[in-house]
Amino acid sequence: MKGWNWGGFFEYLTNEYMLEGALITLGLTVFSMVFGLILGFLVALMRMSKHKILSVPAYFYTWIMRGTPLLVQLIIIYTGLPQLGIRFSVLESTLIGLTLNEAAYLSEIVRAGISAVPRGQVNAARAIGMREFQVMRYVVAPQAFRIIIPPLGNSVNGILKTTSIASIISMEELLRRTQVLIQEKFLVLELFIVAALYYLVMTTAWEFIQRRIEKRLGRAFDVQATVTEQR
Amino acid sequence: MQQANAMIEVRAVNKWYGDSFHVLKNCSLAVGKGEVVVVCGPSGSGKSTLIKCVNGLESVRDGDILIDGVKATDPGTDMPKLRARVGMVFQHFELFPHMTVMENLCIGQEKVLGRSPSEARDKTLSLLERVGLTEHARKYPIQLSGGQQQRVAIARALAMDPIAMLFDEPTSALDPEMINEVLDVMVGLAQEGMTMMVVTHEMGFARKVADRVVFMDRGEIVENSDTEQFFAAPESERAKQFLSKILPH
Repeated sequence: MKGWNWGGFFEYLTNEYMLEGALITLGLTVFSMVFGLILGFLVALMRMSKHKILSVPAYFYTWIMRGTPLLVQLIIIYTGLPQLGIRFSVLESTLIGLTLNEAAYLSEIVRAGISAVPRGQVNAARAIGMREFQVMRYVVAPQAFRIIIPPLGNSVNGILKTTSIASIISMEELLRRTQVLIQEKFLVLELFIVAALYYLVMTTAWEFIQRRIEKRLGRAFDVQATVTEQR
Repeated sequence: MQQANAMIEVRAVNKWYGDSFHVLKNCSLAVGKGEVVVVCGPSGSGKSTLIKCVNGLESVRDGDILIDGVKATDPGTDMPKLRARVGMVFQHFELFPHMTVMENLCIGQEKVLGRSPSEARDKTLSLLERVGLTEHARKYPIQLSGGQQQRVAIARALAMDPIAMLFDEPTSALDPEMINEVLDVMVGLAQEGMTMMVVTHEMGFARKVADRVVFMDRGEIVENSDTEQFFAAPESERAKQFLSKILPH
């Protein structure tokens, strides 16, 4: 193939620098997902509160975060805030930006999940004397979590790829490292294809993991599965 | 007619949905210790709302509700603590679908009453034996029939060693052939002296075990009579009409 360098392609397919970049991408994904979910859960609870002092700020938060591009948010955090004397490193800026942004989207998913748990379940939990946090902890949250696994899986898939935006503020994740290599080696297409393959492998792996989680959490709701398990 | 030793007391309770719908109109009744009171009436008469008010699952606008002398309508009352002492059974069972039968019965005992897992387990097994479901302990609710689920729900309420039991149309969502297995458990409870307030259309059950029957219509308690008297000679025209529609020919 004219213009395509197979040697270079295979060399960088297993290149340590690139693999490390993929691991960093994975790390950013896990971090922003875990903390985004915790923060998103809090925002969802605030949003659902009957007290305006809680629900209005929560609404305002999701409005801003979902209404502006992540790229702009990252640039404001990393490049803009130092003007006010607030300085974050590249890594800090990336983690803060990704988490705050993701939390806004996740809060909407969590809210939908909590709302989907039937009211009767809350009443039943209260009727045996559970306190509000116990109702949430033992009855509502586990059922809501099962409901939101599919959209949550979507979010993981999405954020895996969205982390590449952090390359703009020179966060050395997979895409940034690809660009650095390209500037040295001039294997533009080869390296971008390698990067794309890395992303594809990671999202595909996640797809398998998600299916297993769904199966596990769905056990109690699947007559067939539970019957065979008992035999 | 208020009783000195009432376990459940409802005093002049009013409730509105919004500003226009007056669901409960000045309702008063008392359920004495060990007494079984059946609440009946046409759908929309407010009987389910009333029983949910008793343990505070629904709020009231004015009036008082007392359980064992504790004011459920007082904002300062620790409602979870009070609810833990009153068992409730719902029309749609409301078992926790993500937990096995065993877990459904243990969760309240462990997390609310603070019983040890082995203590909770023993209690659960003896209750499951009582409702005839021992072999289903490890199943999930979805694997059980409606009648079995409702018996588990009764056992879950009993696991808390309640001082009274509230039943909100416990057989209305069941297929006809499953109604009796649930009623049998309830009759057994009544005969053991459990204090019970039961919203139901099962007039056979009322005749058999109820001490008194309360008839509600359009948010009002129209009649509150001894069971025999209620069936033999209802005082109000509305109760007469209701009975003529509901009783078998």
